[in-house]
Amino acid sequence: MSQTPSPSAAPEPVLDRYEGAPDAYDELRTRDGGVREAWRPLVDRIEQMGGPALSQRWSQARRMIRENGISFILYGDERAQDRPWNLSPLPAVFGPKDWAPLAEGLRQRATLLEMVLADLHGPQNLLAEGVVPAALVFGSPYYLRPCQGLAPPRGRWLPFYAADVGRSPDGDFQVLSDRTQTPSGAGYALENRIIISRALPEVFRDCRVQRLAQFFNTFRETLLALAPRPHDQPRVVLLSPGPHDPTYFEHAYLARYLGFTLVESGDLTVRDARVFLKMLGGLQRVDVIVRRVPDFMCDPLELRSDSSNGIPGLLQAVRDGNVAIANPLGSGLIHTPALLPFLNAACRRLLGEDLLLPSVQTYWCGQAKSRAYVLENLTTLVIKPAFAQGPSVPTFGATLSRAQAEELAARITAQPQNYIAQEPLLLSTTPELLADGPQPRHSVLRAFLTASMDKFDVMPGGLTRVGPRPDALEVSLRAGGGSKDTWVLSEGPVKGFTLLPQPSDNSPLSRGGADLPSRVADNLFWLARYAERAEGIARLCRVIASRRMELISEDVDDEALTRLLGVLSESVGVTFDKALTLDQAVAHSVWSTEWIGSLRNVVGTTTHLARMVRDRLSTDTFRILLALEDELQTPTDFEKPDLGRVVHAMDRMVLILAAFAGLAMDGMTRGHAWRFLDVGRRLERATTTTTLLAKTTTKAAERDDRLLEATLEVADSGITYRRRYPLRMEVAPAVDLLLTDETNPRSVAFQLHHLNEQMSALPEQTEGAQRSAQQKLALASLTALRLAEVPTLCSTTVAGERPALSLLLERLLRDLPALSDALSGQYLSHSAVSRQLASDPNAFDRPL
Amino acid sequence: MKLRIVHQTEYLYTEPVSVSHHMAHLVPRNSGSQTCLTRELTISPEPAIRRERVDSFGNRCVYFSIQEPHSRLVVLSKALVDVLPAEQSLPFSGQAWNVVRQRLATEHRPDILSAYGFVFPSPYAVHAPGLAEYARPSFAEGRPLLETVADLTKRIYQDFKYDPTSTTVSTPVGEVLRLRRGVCQDFAHLQIACLRTHGLAARYVSGYLLTKPPPGQARLVGADASHAWLSVFVPEFGWVDFDPTNNVVPGEEHVQVAVGRDFGDVAPVRGVILGGGQHRVIVSVDVEPLT
Repeated sequence: MSQTPSPSAAPEPVLDRYEGAPDAYDELRTRDGGVREAWRPLVDRIEQMGGPALSQRWSQARRMIRENGISFILYGDERAQDRPWNLSPLPAVFGPKDWAPLAEGLRQRATLLEMVLADLHGPQNLLAEGVVPAALVFGSPYYLRPCQGLAPPRGRWLPFYAADVGRSPDGDFQVLSDRTQTPSGAGYALENRIIISRALPEVFRDCRVQRLAQFFNTFRETLLALAPRPHDQPRVVLLSPGPHDPTYFEHAYLARYLGFTLVESGDLTVRDARVFLKMLGGLQRVDVIVRRVPDFMCDPLELRSDSSNGIPGLLQAVRDGNVAIANPLGSGLIHTPALLPFLNAACRRLLGEDLLLPSVQTYWCGQAKSRAYVLENLTTLVIKPAFAQGPSVPTFGATLSRAQAEELAARITAQPQNYIAQEPLLLSTTPELLADGPQPRHSVLRAFLTASMDKFDVMPGGLTRVGPRPDALEVSLRAGGGSKDTWVLSEGPVKGFTLLPQPSDNSPLSRGGADLPSRVADNLFWLARYAERAEGIARLCRVIASRRMELISEDVDDEALTRLLGVLSESVGVTFDKALTLDQAVAHSVWSTEWIGSLRNVVGTTTHLARMVRDRLSTDTFRILLALEDELQTPTDFEKPDLGRVVHAMDRMVLILAAFAGLAMDGMTRGHAWRFLDVGRRLERATTTTTLLAKTTTKAAERDDRLLEATLEVADSGITYRRRYPLRMEVAPAVDLLLTDETNPRSVAFQLHHLNEQMSALPEQTEGAQRSAQQKLALASLTALRLAEVPTLCSTTVAGERPALSLLLERLLRDLPALSDALSGQYLSHSAVSRQLASDPNAFDRPL
Repeated sequence: MKLRIVHQTEYLYTEPVSVSHHMAHLVPRNSGSQTCLTRELTISPEPAIRRERVDSFGNRCVYFSIQEPHSRLVVLSKALVDVLPAEQSLPFSGQAWNVVRQRLATEHRPDILSAYGFVFPSPYAVHAPGLAEYARPSFAEGRPLLETVADLTKRIYQDFKYDPTSTTVSTPVGEVLRLRRGVCQDFAHLQIACLRTHGLAARYVSGYLLTKPPPGQARLVGADASHAWLSVFVPEFGWVDFDPTNNVVPGEEHVQVAVGRDFGDVAPVRGVILGGGQHRVIVSVDVEPLT
């Protein structure tokens, strides 16, 4: 939206010119052009505010979306690039009179679907009586045989359920699809609400919008009640497929909001038919798993054996009643649209009543009569797979060429049971604000329900999605559409309630820090290492580039530069081609996408790791990391690099990285999460500085003073040195400052001193008084530095070599990686992957 | 005839396995044609957890988990089974295959409904291109079901060469059709898929076969093997077994262990391990007639 302020006194009305699409029901306008009652308060306040003010508020909100990192990853995008969340400033509004019957219909539907799931996994009366075709169960890839006969705790087959609802031209609601497998979107609905209520606080308040928090609270209570052990604080985890999942943002967001631990399958293990979370301090029992992993992927032993997202033995833990899963394994069975034509009959059979909320008219081609109808009317229907694996793109019969239609008909005839067709529904329209004014867009509401004790609660709101273009037939985020906050208005005053952390008298104080999954510790450790590595490369490139710029006027061959270039080559892991000029080598080291160790790639890895632990980082910290990513986006001229630009960019990088380190370190409690960040940073810095010293000080240079000056600058210790030794630039004091001085936060000894302290604060996993391997290595390295005599280290042979210093530095360069390995081995190596055992291929038979 | 079965599966790992989870289908089932008289399943090292249950196909299966580091796993199954000879008169004059197909798809009687679960493709017995065409010559409209299946069994026996080197457990059924080679498991999956493409209910049978030593030689202990064949559903009669590898209707020399949609449902021992490096499997089976 980019409306320019109008110069005239009276602001131009925002929604005055809005008109719905012909023939469709419009959410805002009545047939005769009036504003619907429910929308009146919103429209009045928007007009009072005026276009320019709304526009300005909205650009703030957009910044909030970007900075909070709200995103959605598109399927099929190989780089899994996050796409910023597309939210409209205008909410969708429902009055109480509209909403109450919808909510009633949704509650009935959830009750029905839960009973259908229980029947299909139990007595299968619906099949025996022919109410539901048996082919929809036995022929479905989502029918999990090992789950037959399993009854979930409290009979709760649908702790959470979502339905996509659209409005027909006469204004009636129809259900477009049911989501029972891993219903997503509730977290986005919540985030939309937070942004809109912050962008338009007074409008939100005046309109009496029902709050969402109570709904999430009920959901949380429902989950806690499913826990198999009567226990004070059952542990609930949210199982995510990981950061590559399109809705990973939501997983992290909901986990944090609900106070659950965000886990991936590798964090969980089954022992004694119970589920445990692998923590730094050992294994901790898990009571409830909220899964965002499809059920058939959940146990490679009994379900899909090729699953990499599974937890071997999970099904047995469920069978033994030691863990509850929401939604239970098997609940994906009724995710298919092929069930829609049979739901009303099932409702009459199980509830003795008709569906309050009709489904969109659907035909399952597995039935002869329906198939004949579909084939005859192919060009007016919407065709979809009956059992889609992953997201499916609907085929609009009207858009098919004759050849395409014939080809589709042939496919349907060959495997009719795999196809369904639906009558196209002309969805209702809702206003979207665009640069040239308000425009109608077709919209779909995703409504959410959670089981409460013996019934279902409907979220008073939801995720409204709109089509990308006025004529867009498909409304989905994948198709490029946007989303809206959804306001359900209250008749009376609105009760406030929040799940966001509040001061409370009765919540026990906790200073937990041991509560850290090993995988998260591993990611934090590497996040800190990569951030520190990036800073090292940035400092090095800055010194090289600025010295080089000074030299152009003097035009001398400079040994300091050659040596530093050697350090850079080591840092980025590339032997520089002779054909590369120094300037080009620096530019490549910074911007290359091909050199794995280039600054750009190191920064990429840093932000990638940050995304994997985003639930552990503050919003501010995360914001800094995004700035980091932006900084290197502008392309560079690799042929004739502009060194001035390098220096400027590196200045920025160093600043941003310092801000990251500062925020991450200062903003975190001194628990294990902080400890692993600190250990990663110290280890990396010790390694970087040792490498620098090994390249610049173990062999005397013709102009040692110049080399030392540059070295001190790279290690950010130039000022300290000059304050201590204003008149001389010599090797021994420089080595002392960078290697053995425990008061210099840049020295190797300083890092080892802190590493030693951190090692003893980590949870013990070995019994007895023996030091662990990593403790021994850290202590031995620190002791070696403490016992070293700097003058002896710096004694130079006739050939200009410093053998004692070389020896010590080489030893450090062996011990530091060994220390890292030992640490990983003890705390972080739960990353071992489970594997399938092969059956003996030759175990079979012989002819008679 | 009473048969004594000893089936040992041994896994050897190059590096220790820290945790393993397994599912075994090794306990012979009871059915109309056989009774399992005694059985014993010994696992070493001793599992921390062991659970036996009856799965949704009526097989007795055992889940177990070993939680101590180990480099060798031995699963030893011993059983004594009384097997009846094959039915003397199969209902050959029975219903046409296409009538049975129709009844499976439309009738909801419990036995038919339960058989209907075996009409659909499954991971190891998919509707690969060419299968329906290969099967078609056996499926003349109106031909009695069992005659049809017997004909298909005979054709597979004649058209396919037994060759243990040509396929593995993961060779898809379409590839077997192309190669015209395989082992009992491949032929069973192939015939199951052929039957299902024609709308019939077919299930996979995992079991053992009593082998006879060549004339004049002694029985070799442990040299037998697991065997696999299939069953087809006949309304009013039940499941009838066919062995395409040997072109016979199984009788008292075939011992059923488990039935499922395909091998994936009833693998004798499957497992997921943590650690272990490389592994090797050694299987020995001994089927001995008690006289």
